[in-house]
Amino acid sequence: MKHLLLGMAAIISAPVAAETIAITGGKVVLGDGSAPIDNGTVIVTDGRVVAAGAKLVVPAGAKQVDASGKWVTPGIVAGFSRLGLVAVDAVEPTNDTAAKQSPFNASLTVAPAINPDVAAIAVNRAAGVTRAIVSPEASNVIFGGQGAVIDTGADFNAVTKAKAFQFVEFGETGARIAGGSRPALIAAFKTAFAEAAEAAKGVFPDNALLRRQDALALVPVINGTMKLFIHVESAPDILSVLALKKDYPLLNMVLVGATEGWRVAPQIAAAKVPVLASALNDLPDSFEQLAATQSDIGRMKAAGVKVAIGMINDNDARQAQLSMQYAGNLVALTKVPGATGLSWDQAFATITSVPADIVGMGAEIGSLRPGRRGDVVIWDGDPLELTSGVTRVWIDGVEQSLASRQTRLRDRYMTPSEGDLPNAYDR
Amino acid sequence: MRITALLAGTAIVLASLAVPATARNKDKAEAPKAAPFNKDPYPSTYHAYPGVPTAVTNVTVYDGEGGKFVNATVYFRDGKVEAVETGGAVKDGYAVIDGTGKWVTPGIIDVHSHLGDYPSPGVEALSDGNEATGPARPEVWAEHSVWPQDPGFSRALANGGVTTLQILPGSANLFGGRSVTIKNVYARNVQGMKFPGAPYGLKMACGENPKRVYGSRGQMPQTRMGNMAVNRQTWARAVEYKRKLDKGEAVSRDLGMETLAGVLSGEILVHNHCYRADEMSLVIDMAKEFGYKVSTFHHAVESYKIADLLAKEGICSAMWADWWGFKMESYDAINENIPLVHKAGACAIVHSDDANGIQRLNQEAAKALGDGRRIGVNIPDEVAWTWLSYNPAKALGIADKTGSLKPGKMADIVLWNGNPLSVYTRPDKVWIDGALMYDAADPKRRPVADFELGQPGEGDVK
Repeated sequence: MKHLLLGMAAIISAPVAAETIAITGGKVVLGDGSAPIDNGTVIVTDGRVVAAGAKLVVPAGAKQVDASGKWVTPGIVAGFSRLGLVAVDAVEPTNDTAAKQSPFNASLTVAPAINPDVAAIAVNRAAGVTRAIVSPEASNVIFGGQGAVIDTGADFNAVTKAKAFQFVEFGETGARIAGGSRPALIAAFKTAFAEAAEAAKGVFPDNALLRRQDALALVPVINGTMKLFIHVESAPDILSVLALKKDYPLLNMVLVGATEGWRVAPQIAAAKVPVLASALNDLPDSFEQLAATQSDIGRMKAAGVKVAIGMINDNDARQAQLSMQYAGNLVALTKVPGATGLSWDQAFATITSVPADIVGMGAEIGSLRPGRRGDVVIWDGDPLELTSGVTRVWIDGVEQSLASRQTRLRDRYMTPSEGDLPNAYDR
Repeated sequence: MRITALLAGTAIVLASLAVPATARNKDKAEAPKAAPFNKDPYPSTYHAYPGVPTAVTNVTVYDGEGGKFVNATVYFRDGKVEAVETGGAVKDGYAVIDGTGKWVTPGIIDVHSHLGDYPSPGVEALSDGNEATGPARPEVWAEHSVWPQDPGFSRALANGGVTTLQILPGSANLFGGRSVTIKNVYARNVQGMKFPGAPYGLKMACGENPKRVYGSRGQMPQTRMGNMAVNRQTWARAVEYKRKLDKGEAVSRDLGMETLAGVLSGEILVHNHCYRADEMSLVIDMAKEFGYKVSTFHHAVESYKIADLLAKEGICSAMWADWWGFKMESYDAINENIPLVHKAGACAIVHSDDANGIQRLNQEAAKALGDGRRIGVNIPDEVAWTWLSYNPAKALGIADKTGSLKPGKMADIVLWNGNPLSVYTRPDKVWIDGALMYDAADPKRRPVADFELGQPGEGDVK
């Protein structure tokens, strides 16, 4: 979060060295699953949270922000997204999620492609999303490449962590990419790992399926130093994935999607594999999602799985702003007989600290615990509630503009008819 | 929606008695001629399921037409709404359901759904929404594609409180074909779901989809001007066809022309997929050029730019709360579209176009409401409910039958377990024509489509 300003998105207050901000009087949510704190204070110094809670003493010289009657939370962390990779989904040149024609796959890395100018960054920032886990798509090979963790700040330094994980497609999509069947998928998976193991020893067979740089990119995956995000939906496929741990015990797996995770939740919990799950899938959209239910996350959580909300293939380049609504819906399930939902505190954690933990950045982002980056959002009401909105956002302690081209269009057309000049002159 | 109120219910009667299709023909000199074809060859066989006289007490009511009642009792019997009353003792002769802390609204009506023609599972073998073999396919009827076993109907009922929905053809074509309006009640065939007396709709589409689908094949249309040319040429043919019909001249049966003639005579309502303000404006003139009326622009993400024009023309806008950016023509979508259209005095509708979104139309309305209030457009909750039931009923020509809780209307009713504009609220019970079709507390009142029987997840809460 540096100081470069982007176009019209002017930052309201520029950061100052050794600046301390004290946000007082609000209902403070730490994001770690603990209960909201009434009349709490959040203190941010030099871009980091130094304290958050009740009865804190505001340091002398701190810039005070009154949040009375409002809610104060960590910024939302988009648990699985393609934010920053796309301007308009269907306008192909603006869509950097996949590379069907590329000779490369696992070595592709999204970090340099993150474009802070795409409208989705400003739109999601204004909605309270301050960080995002950003994944490539797999297209010609089951491995899609290396994802990143980003912030949504109005500057050119979006990347918080490059090469945060490798992404692989399992299940129906993986089988299709691998040639048309699940056996082909398993073969592709195991062959790639075997070639990575050779690459680790500096051996690159002439007849290898992977190019040298792609095999090398998988070395940290097989030795467990880089997380492997695995998109998998059905219960049988999830068990196949978990079984891979026998062959590759070092794998640092994260399941993505996991629509039928609830059916094998004890096995997922026992394997200590975390999940970035699709919250509201409840249709048999495919034969790998027959048992879809919105209770998926609640049931996995109840079985002891570490689970956060992700949005794979669900408008994931643009609509991380729906995270709050999705979390709220999981709370709604607690009132539905037979359903399993989450408490409010748990639900809020699934879009803040839990995804941060899952991507290995829980000490940096996702909560207002001391030492975390100063990503703070003030809301005019319960942040999971539909009619609530964001009033102020800080990222790394830097206050952010809440303007976007959507708000500019809105302001231009508050009165649609032309005035003294065409609307094109109105800005 | 002047036309629609007039027509609701009459089409069926006309057809079955072979009364002239030209009853509303402007050409007074012409004697009415017998319709040369059956206008209702696949008639509704929907019937209401049994219900009991019911009083839901102690509820907050949004009546669907902007009215709100607190601590009220809603009475219905014989499939019809009887009364919404406040104060006084509960009348005898009703099964009483205590709704303390809960809300009652009319059932939600989705004016834009593809349940049944793009059902779950989303496999190619079941993808029956676009007859993308020619840009003008007014001859196809969505009801001939609707798979009545789509599991999505049950989700729309149980999670969404949706009691009526319009199933449309897709938007690959300029003229996509006829829509069908159905009750959200499972049946063995689509006829068993068809909303009795609902007029047909004609799906049309502006913009990117038709020009992409055909342009990419080197066919017309390849441009927006090509879209308009094909539209106009087709309407010109339809005007000629209808003139012959009205004069009683011999014509070869032409299913597409029959549909378009139905539009020109006001019996069939136009539902036009159209994102951009400039294209909607052109369609408005085209409708005048050929003598028809657009009921509703769908996916109208730029309605806020011409809200004044839409109000003047009496055309509804069916909108999402916050969908944007998935394609070029959705790039200018704003979250305040719905409240700004409403503020201009135009007809605003929340629609889904999506098997997931249809489960949360109340939530979409709530988001739009909040976004509106933050810019000073203060619309009461009970007025916002018009976006979900009464306005879509008007757009579909069935507002005299459903869409609000006025006495005598169909008892299409949702009891919500809290404020229905809260994310924490779900349907508690749903009645359709007075019959209890969903009860959150009773797994036996939760429909399970054939497809789901004997498969993982059968009968689960969804």
